Amino acid sequence: MPRVLLIEDDPSVREGVELGLRRRGHEVRTAATGEAGLAVLREFRPDLLLLDLMLPGMNGVQVCRRVRDTSQLPIIMLTARGDDFDVVVGLEAGADDYIVKPARTEVIEARIRAVLRRIEDPGGTRPAVEFHGELAVDRAGLTVAKNGERIALAPSELKLLLHLSAAPEQVFSRQQLLEHVWEHSFHGDARLVDACVRRLRNKIEDTPGDPRYIQTLRGFGYRFGPL
Amino acid sequence: MPGDDRPARRRRLPRPFGLRTRLVLAFLLVAAVGCGTTAALTYRAARNAILEQTQDTAVTAFRQQVETLNVQLPVDHDGLQNELRRIARQGKPRPWRVYAEYGDVRVSSTDRPASTVLTPELRRRATAPGATHGSFQRVVRNGTPYLTVAVPAVFGNFRGLPEDHPTGLVLYAVMDLGEEEADIEAMVLAARDGALPALLVALVPALLAARGVLRPVRELRRAAHSMGRGRLDTRIHAKGSDELADLARTFNESAAALERSVTELRRAEARARRFASDVSHELRTPLAGMLAVTEVLDEDAGTLDSDTARAVRLISAETGKLAVLVEDLMEISRFDARAAELHTDEVDAAEMVRKTLINRHWTDPERIATELADGIRARLDPRRFDVVVANLVGNALRHGGPPVTVRVYEEGGRLVTEVADRGPGIPDDVLPHVFDRFYKGDPARTRSAGSGLGLAITQENVHLHGGTVVAANRPDGGAVFTVRIPL
Repeated sequence: MPRVLLIEDDPSVREGVELGLRRRGHEVRTAATGEAGLAVLREFRPDLLLLDLMLPGMNGVQVCRRVRDTSQLPIIMLTARGDDFDVVVGLEAGADDYIVKPARTEVIEARIRAVLRRIEDPGGTRPAVEFHGELAVDRAGLTVAKNGERIALAPSELKLLLHLSAAPEQVFSRQQLLEHVWEHSFHGDARLVDACVRRLRNKIEDTPGDPRYIQTLRGFGYRFGPL
Repeated sequence: MPGDDRPARRRRLPRPFGLRTRLVLAFLLVAAVGCGTTAALTYRAARNAILEQTQDTAVTAFRQQVETLNVQLPVDHDGLQNELRRIARQGKPRPWRVYAEYGDVRVSSTDRPASTVLTPELRRRATAPGATHGSFQRVVRNGTPYLTVAVPAVFGNFRGLPEDHPTGLVLYAVMDLGEEEADIEAMVLAARDGALPALLVALVPALLAARGVLRPVRELRRAAHSMGRGRLDTRIHAKGSDELADLARTFNESAAALERSVTELRRAEARARRFASDVSHELRTPLAGMLAVTEVLDEDAGTLDSDTARAVRLISAETGKLAVLVEDLMEISRFDARAAELHTDEVDAAEMVRKTLINRHWTDPERIATELADGIRARLDPRRFDVVVANLVGNALRHGGPPVTVRVYEEGGRLVTEVADRGPGIPDDVLPHVFDRFYKGDPARTRSAGSGLGLAITQENVHLHGGTVVAANRPDGGAVFTVRIPL
């Protein structure tokens, strides 16, 4: 079962979510502040970080940036604000998904599983390493390199890139991407896709403003290539 | 929004009888009446003066001439004619034509013995007893005015007869008044030529006065228009102490009062909205903890004694409802604060509806029937459209009766989504309120499974798409909700 670190300042939420997840068999550690959470992170080595956006002192967005700087740990934002601004800020900081409070444990767990799930290779018998321009995508090792240098990608970014590059030049709508990458089968949020695409472009494109790998088709969605 | 169907600002054309036209016309009318009256009076006075002077001169001169008449009776025709010619020559102010009548004798200074200008009336007056000073008459013949003078010749100290006894000989003088007429005509022309420029000159103060009145009126109109468009800080520049300035000041005071009330109302409304939003927000955090453990409660309820188990299940169920209510309240607050954004995507409408139904496990064909036209691509916010369909179908299942029919088709460039049920329909008095917040069709049923905000949120979501949603009853029973969204 995945190990989850929960950073949440409100004691009842912290205890409630911890209790719920523990009952479902997760190993859960909690922290009340961002600073404490970062300290626990090094020692606990969780599989996933559940992060409240509104924290005293160092806020969730700052914690998220700090974690992203050094690791590809999956991060899910736990936010009391479903308002556009907060969601987008959280996603831009590198979160893989977000959950609006209040949420049932089953919803939280489903999201955790979706983020942690490894992408299945739709190609089947492809060679393990594919080359697209300067990009080398290793589907078996789940790594991506550009010009021989490995790129650190968050789980959602990696999943998105693997999904798009598995079918080059095929256009996927945001809705399709949400379903395949985030497994949001309904009321999915297209901002997740847009924010993730932006982050991915910043990492793999030569000039993010004029993308070569991940192209936008206005009104339809995104596609990989043609290079 | 009601504000949106405000008609586009019309270009106002000058009306045929606008204030300016009326003011100018009134001014001109006054000027015309003034000019006309003055001219008419002057004309009459001048005309009389001219004519009277001519008449008096002529009559006096003629009478004097007649007194110098040297005639022997009975009349010597040639002698008389010579006398007449002499008199005619001495006519004042102009030569006359002189006629003499004595019984049947007609003598004249001209070629014709009798004049056609002389009227029987003048003859009668001249020969009337006692009329020794002569009389005159103005006659117009063939468009030419003539002055005719009749003076009877009298005996002067003759044979013991009293003085001024008429001799029976009457002398008539006929004088052409054409010259005087020309003078008078020239005067009329002068009056006219003077009046027209006066009228033109009057146009200037007329226009100035009209402008003086119209400028504040126009400013008032502009200001009222501007206020109507919601710019409540509109004020008019009020100066002077006339009625228009008073009007402007009154307008300004009213506008200020209105602005104050509206500002206060807006503030109160904003406070109320923020309160709803803040309350919902504050409720989320405790709910987040509670909702996360409801499963624990539900799972363990089986092992508890029956009363405790019921209490635990009740809390779990109510927590779920409360979470839905808070979520809906937050959503409504976002709409009120205009913070709700549309994230559109091009999607297949039928596919969207199908997913909504499958995800909610509304797949029992006995309860849900679908008629979904495939291949309609629409620009929708998938999350919001999902909310719309889910709310309408959920509502139909809860309050209507199965089977619920969901239809999707295209009509006139719009995506039409129709949700119909086979229930009792919506009572007529409820129908106008179904989209109101927290409106309960049955007051006794104070709480239903929904939050009471579902249809209000549905409507907001549809409006966000630029579409409409209407509720109606079908003639064969059951309610039908129709959503139309532009493609």
